[in-house]
Amino acid sequence: MIIMQQLITSFIASAGFGILFNAPRNALVQCGFVGMFGWILYYILVEVGMDAIPATTFAAMLVAVLSHTCAKLFKKPIIIFNVSGIIPLVPGGIAYNAMRNFVENDYYTGVQLSAQVMLLSGGIAIGLMFSGVINQLINKSRILFK
Amino acid sequence: MSEQITIEKVCILAGKIMLVSGAETYRVEDTMDRISTAFGVKNPQSYATPTGISFSLDIAGTSNFLRVTNRSTDLHKIAEVNHISRKITAGELDIQQAHEQLEKIDHAKLTFPAWAQILAAALVSGCFAIMFGGSWYDFIPSCIAGTLGFASMLGFERVVEIRFLAEFFGAFLIGLSALLFIYNGFGNALDMIIIGAVMPLVPGLHITNAIRDLMAGHLVSGLSKGVEALLTAFAIGAGVALIFAFA
Repeated sequence: MIIMQQLITSFIASAGFGILFNAPRNALVQCGFVGMFGWILYYILVEVGMDAIPATTFAAMLVAVLSHTCAKLFKKPIIIFNVSGIIPLVPGGIAYNAMRNFVENDYYTGVQLSAQVMLLSGGIAIGLMFSGVINQLINKSRILFK
Repeated sequence: MSEQITIEKVCILAGKIMLVSGAETYRVEDTMDRISTAFGVKNPQSYATPTGISFSLDIAGTSNFLRVTNRSTDLHKIAEVNHISRKITAGELDIQQAHEQLEKIDHAKLTFPAWAQILAAALVSGCFAIMFGGSWYDFIPSCIAGTLGFASMLGFERVVEIRFLAEFFGAFLIGLSALLFIYNGFGNALDMIIIGAVMPLVPGLHITNAIRDLMAGHLVSGLSKGVEALLTAFAIGAGVALIFAFA
């Protein structure tokens, strides 16, 4: 039931972001699905007990691979699917908590949370990079085995 | 006499549309290179930063420069230019046609109407409140706060052309309305309402672009986009934080 709820909300949220970023109308559904799969992987991994940082990295990888496939299939730039797919993984909540702690003069917690935000962003970066690397590998191996 | 349409002009126009619509700079350069190569240029030199494009047909040739002042987010235009660049590479368009089509895209208004954007912002806010662990009691307050924040940011940006201030103001309104909701017993968790409502303002595009530009070796563009994202995040944080300073 909770998973169902997460699936639906993450789909709407990602597709909604597609509208905010003015994605082409016929790509909105794909945007929603990319975001949904990425978020649900993250959610399940965290529920199973994995730390948020590797979970974010894996989810970002999935988003990257999915958006790459979508970009190939629908002949659209990858950025369309990437951007709205990655949004749910952006550590907005933690960044907010960090900021709040700073304002309430609790610098220790603030710095801790900021460090976590940095690491999470790094995780997203690695995940996004991953699809590019895989793609290059495939291309290179195609040339090699010709 | 009709104006001579040169390869440079087509390339720079394509680059300009993409940059204004918020494409990564490496994609902008790549597109310009592809278009000019398709028109038979051997050694095109393109250089794009978030604030300007430079392009010349050959090494040490005359360079053409274009300043880009305002940037927004319009993935649709990026996709359209991408489509045209594909057609040009496939040899389906000559310079004249390509220029005409690009001009058409440049002047077209492809954005969703404001009400659709605001509605999307409302849904996004509510859904994020649920996703980050809020209860359904927080859904409606978060929707309303998110709508208020996003709409006021849009409106404020038209009046004052500093995006930073508009975001600050939007975040401030979100914080204020969330606090009022909680005081009046409408909604459960203040944090969830605020986090959800703030999400439409989060600089997701800048973050991904910054990362992709950095990975592609465009250090200047990557860093400046990263700073842009950081500034936005700071504006949002400060706007919300202001509430806690007084509450």
